[in-house]
Amino acid sequence: MVVTVASGKGGTGKTLVATGLADVLSGEAGSNVQLVDCDVEEPNAHLFLRPQLHRSEEVTHPVPQVDLTQCTFCGRCAQVCEFHAIAVLSGKVMVFTEMCHGCGSCARQCPEGAITEVPELLGHLEFGRAGAIAFAHGRLEVGQALATPVIRQLKARALPRAASTAMSILDAPPGNACSVVETLRGSDYAILVTEPTPFGLHDLKLAVELARDALGLPVGVIINRDGMGDAGVESFCAAAGVPVLTRLPFDRRVARAYSEGQLWTRVLPEYRSQMLEVARAVRSLTEATS
Amino acid sequence: MKECVVLSGKGGTGKTSVLAALADLAARDHKLVLADADVDAANLELLVSPRLAERHDFVGGRVAEIDPDLCRGCELCLEVCRFGAILDGEGLRVDPVGCEGCASCFYSCPANAIEMRDRLSGQWFRSETDLGPLFHARLSPGQENSGKLVAQVKMAARLRAASEKADLLLVDGPPGIGCPAIAATSGAQLALLVAEPSVSGVHDLARILATTRHFGVPAVVCINKADINLTQTERIGEMCSREGVPLLGQIPFDPAMVETLVRLEPVTRAAGSPAAEAVRSLWEELRPRLV
Ligand code: SF4
Ligand code: SF4
Repeated sequence: MVVTVASGKGGTGKTLVATGLADVLSGEAGSNVQLVDCDVEEPNAHLFLRPQLHRSEEVTHPVPQVDLTQCTFCGRCAQVCEFHAIAVLSGKVMVFTEMCHGCGSCARQCPEGAITEVPELLGHLEFGRAGAIAFAHGRLEVGQALATPVIRQLKARALPRAASTAMSILDAPPGNACSVVETLRGSDYAILVTEPTPFGLHDLKLAVELARDALGLPVGVIINRDGMGDAGVESFCAAAGVPVLTRLPFDRRVARAYSEGQLWTRVLPEYRSQMLEVARAVRSLTEATS
Repeated sequence: MKECVVLSGKGGTGKTSVLAALADLAARDHKLVLADADVDAANLELLVSPRLAERHDFVGGRVAEIDPDLCRGCELCLEVCRFGAILDGEGLRVDPVGCEGCASCFYSCPANAIEMRDRLSGQWFRSETDLGPLFHARLSPGQENSGKLVAQVKMAARLRAASEKADLLLVDGPPGIGCPAIAATSGAQLALLVAEPSVSGVHDLARILATTRHFGVPAVVCINKADINLTQTERIGEMCSREGVPLLGQIPFDPAMVETLVRLEPVTRAAGSPAAEAVRSLWEELRPRLV
């Protein structure tokens, strides 16, 4: 099954939960667990799992290249490009690759056949293992704007394993926009990590709206840094019928382990059974709804 | 008028809390305009008690729609769509979530059965606050084009700042280094990077620094929760001096940050708070670069 850990916002403990879950599951007999870090703008999970990376792949997308000896500067390509990524001046065609979505419309519509498509580098995928955990992540090239195609490719390459793994855990990017949708699509369950503050509540509402209401996924909440802040998140969950999977207390030792790049479930084994219970709850909640 | 964007690479570093505190100080002597460029999950508004003044629809792009009466089932659209957004079930239809609005299918359809419709992707707002006008937005969940909405919010904020002859436009940036972060950064005179002293915080800072450099925006750094991990704080300091980026402030971990957040106030309102004190000296360092 595929479980996405999302949060609406960064910094709530998404990577903490994703890596902790992967770690405790990998310690179970006969387990088969995979962690895919889909936060391709700022991948962090590898800092905690320290995987051995043994394979790397490029992610490219096709951008237009114009053969000026065939081009008549008719302007058709610029007219059909919805993203204003190509402009035709007299004697010149300019392509703004950072705006290009690689849709191929310009090449298809050019009456002179003057456009060919050439690959442009968007990012890299890396695959490896961290002990018993199969690991994959993507990295967006600096200056590239399109994270979605990198995530799409990452999932396409990594998730065929999902059929053979007991659990694939996706660490989602922050926010509620296209890259989070790309990560959540096709998941069996979404764990939403939040903290008990007005910021946390505000972001949680958006995350529930996206994962449960717009994408129709079963969702559950983990309240991180429980004990600081207020009760707003708890009352929202109760009123909205969203199960609270567990509450992780505010624990300076967790913050410290995290800040040192250590796997908290290793340093603080007392949390292992709590995280295992989360995994079991997710499994049974998913079976109940499917 | 100068424009300063506050960025962090990753969320959760306390960027918005730091910005609200700086704004609270800056507004005492200067004319300020605020923009929340984190349109995915705008929450600066929570700390500045806004009074809504204007609301505008945001059309982020278009989405294809197939008229089943005109469709002859030739499947050309299915063939040209690179985003897997044409679904083939009982008849062809468009998955609006997957559709990028490229209009390839629209131009390819021999039966003219496809229409491109405007996609209402969110809204943007102007609110008045005690610190100055705030421009903010809300992207509907799952919508594309947050970069375009960020650009829209910034444009409206800049126009207001210019017409009011404001001294400073403070922009709360989105997390990440992708299209919304790029849109928030472009055209700013200074980027304040809020870093967190952790292994991942150091890593995030390096990436956001590469991004601001790529776009030629000078950067300065402040460390939040600086005493959570002194070793990592030191590493950030070393990175800053190696890269020639001024480290302007260090804010200690302070429960007043969360306490004031729960009261929906900037931390500068907490009497005797060490974090408030640190933001005050950060502002003294920033002020000569901005106004
Ligand atoms: S459509 Fe083809 S011929 Fe016309 S301007 Fe574009 S590249 Fe040139
Ligand atoms: S491939 Fe699509 S997005 Fe890119 S320039 Fe051509 S029409 Fe525009």
